[in-house]
Amino acid sequence: MDLDSLYQEIILDHYRTPHHAGLREPFEAEVHHVNPTCGDEVTLRVHLDGVTVVDVSYAAEGCSISQASASVMTDLVIGKPLPEALEAHAAFLELMQGKGQVEPDEDVLEDGIAFAGVAKFPARVKCALLSWMAFKDAALQAQGVSS
Amino acid sequence: MDGLLPDLDVIRKDFPILERTLDGGHKLVYLDSANTSQKPQVVIDAMVDHLERHNANIARAMHQLGAESTAAFEGARDTVAAFLNAPSRDEVIFTKNASEALNLVARTVPLGPGDRVVITEMEHHSNIVPWQLATERAGAELRWFGITDDGELDLSNIDELLVPGTKVVALTWVSNMLGTINPVAEIARRAHEVGAVVVLDASQAAPQLPIDVQAVGADFVAFTGHKVTGPTGIGVLWGRSELLNAYPPFLGGGEMIATVTMEKSTWAPIPHKFEAGTPPIVEAVGLGAALDYLSHIGLDAIHAHEVAITRYLLAGLASVSGVSVLGPLDAARRGGAVSFELAGVHPHDVAQLLDSRGIAVRAGHHCAKPAHRRFGVQASTRASSYLYTEPAEIDALIDGLEYTKSYFKVG
Repeated sequence: MDLDSLYQEIILDHYRTPHHAGLREPFEAEVHHVNPTCGDEVTLRVHLDGVTVVDVSYAAEGCSISQASASVMTDLVIGKPLPEALEAHAAFLELMQGKGQVEPDEDVLEDGIAFAGVAKFPARVKCALLSWMAFKDAALQAQGVSS
Repeated sequence: MDGLLPDLDVIRKDFPILERTLDGGHKLVYLDSANTSQKPQVVIDAMVDHLERHNANIARAMHQLGAESTAAFEGARDTVAAFLNAPSRDEVIFTKNASEALNLVARTVPLGPGDRVVITEMEHHSNIVPWQLATERAGAELRWFGITDDGELDLSNIDELLVPGTKVVALTWVSNMLGTINPVAEIARRAHEVGAVVVLDASQAAPQLPIDVQAVGADFVAFTGHKVTGPTGIGVLWGRSELLNAYPPFLGGGEMIATVTMEKSTWAPIPHKFEAGTPPIVEAVGLGAALDYLSHIGLDAIHAHEVAITRYLLAGLASVSGVSVLGPLDAARRGGAVSFELAGVHPHDVAQLLDSRGIAVRAGHHCAKPAHRRFGVQASTRASSYLYTEPAEIDALIDGLEYTKSYFKVG
């Protein structure tokens, strides 16, 4: 397996300097997700204003892939209308479950396309999805609170 | 290097998988034996031979193959009994794995409101969760020994923990995460003073230490086949006859009964009382062959090999800046599983980098989350050796860690 296809420079950059890290207020929903096989954890909060994702804040412990994925995810969804953020979620999920056969759309996933190589490492797919799943869970809960 | 098995090259040839070449043309460096051991040809052949020539159900087939299969299965029980120095072969119960063996005890030991069960903070989840379930069910209390900063059991409060009303003391013989060898005979003696039943998880001990259930003074000892060069799907619970006779059955089903009416059933004598349904027959045959193989080499010699390799591994890890080992640093006082952190690189990333060079280690919490939490660590990388591990493989690991550091630009 080609390591450099997994550890893209963009991923390592996000790992070293994660964006939007830390837990902030206000928020309408907070979730805690774990990857039970490896112990990676994320606590994640979502703040919505109407349908707009105003803030996503998080405290995560885990490997480079899971940390970088959280950072990229927040870049993609903060400031977006929730339906658009959930579309990005769906596109990322499709990419991760595509076994390396899915061609990512940079317009939708931006830095997230760097994770295309992760899809070829089945053991690491869950790492990349951890914060995305937490975001969807929290966003839907937050939407329920505000509506 | 003193202590290595004298015929290491020959022993390595017994394990066909060690010839594997992995992606990228890398030779396999297998340092995940505490997770599961590799299998010698003699185990593979014993299982294939049984399936090719002797396969039949046991104890109920009234034909020659049935008799052969039963003899092979019960012969494996004799081998296990000898391996453990058990007073009676009837005290050896075959289970699916060590988890099932521990659950068997936790489900059948009499516990009531106000009773106490004592475990330790360094247990594998399989010796924590069954006791959480059992104490919740019974309204009993669960307490535990802590861990010292050096990775040993903290026995300073043993008088406070082991009090009358303590019904069970369950602990691991050798920690799967820290490698610590616990003073199980001494703890068993203290536990018996308050009338507690002593349950030992020997999953990591059985592969590398001589096990004498009589000398250690335990009431139950559990281990799993796949870590002693045997197959998966088979574990062992040894228990003292008087307790096994007194406890109720665990699972109900075929072959565990004396007689059945629509209203009521009575139980077969031990061990069959605890072996409901068709057991893992060929797996038992494989386990018997594995224990014969280990006994032929000698557990004392295997232990000496593990100590020598572990000492070399600990010295190698000490030479890599940024590595910190979790657990005792004296190879003579620990098992061959060594967990460590590498500053600035997550264990998954360490394992991924090592895997890219053909080196198999484990990364994560190793089913010992409380022990990791004790040291403020979420996950670790674990390298674990066995009787087939050679010093060159440790060298490959150490080189791989330096490569990992340069790849992630740390240290």
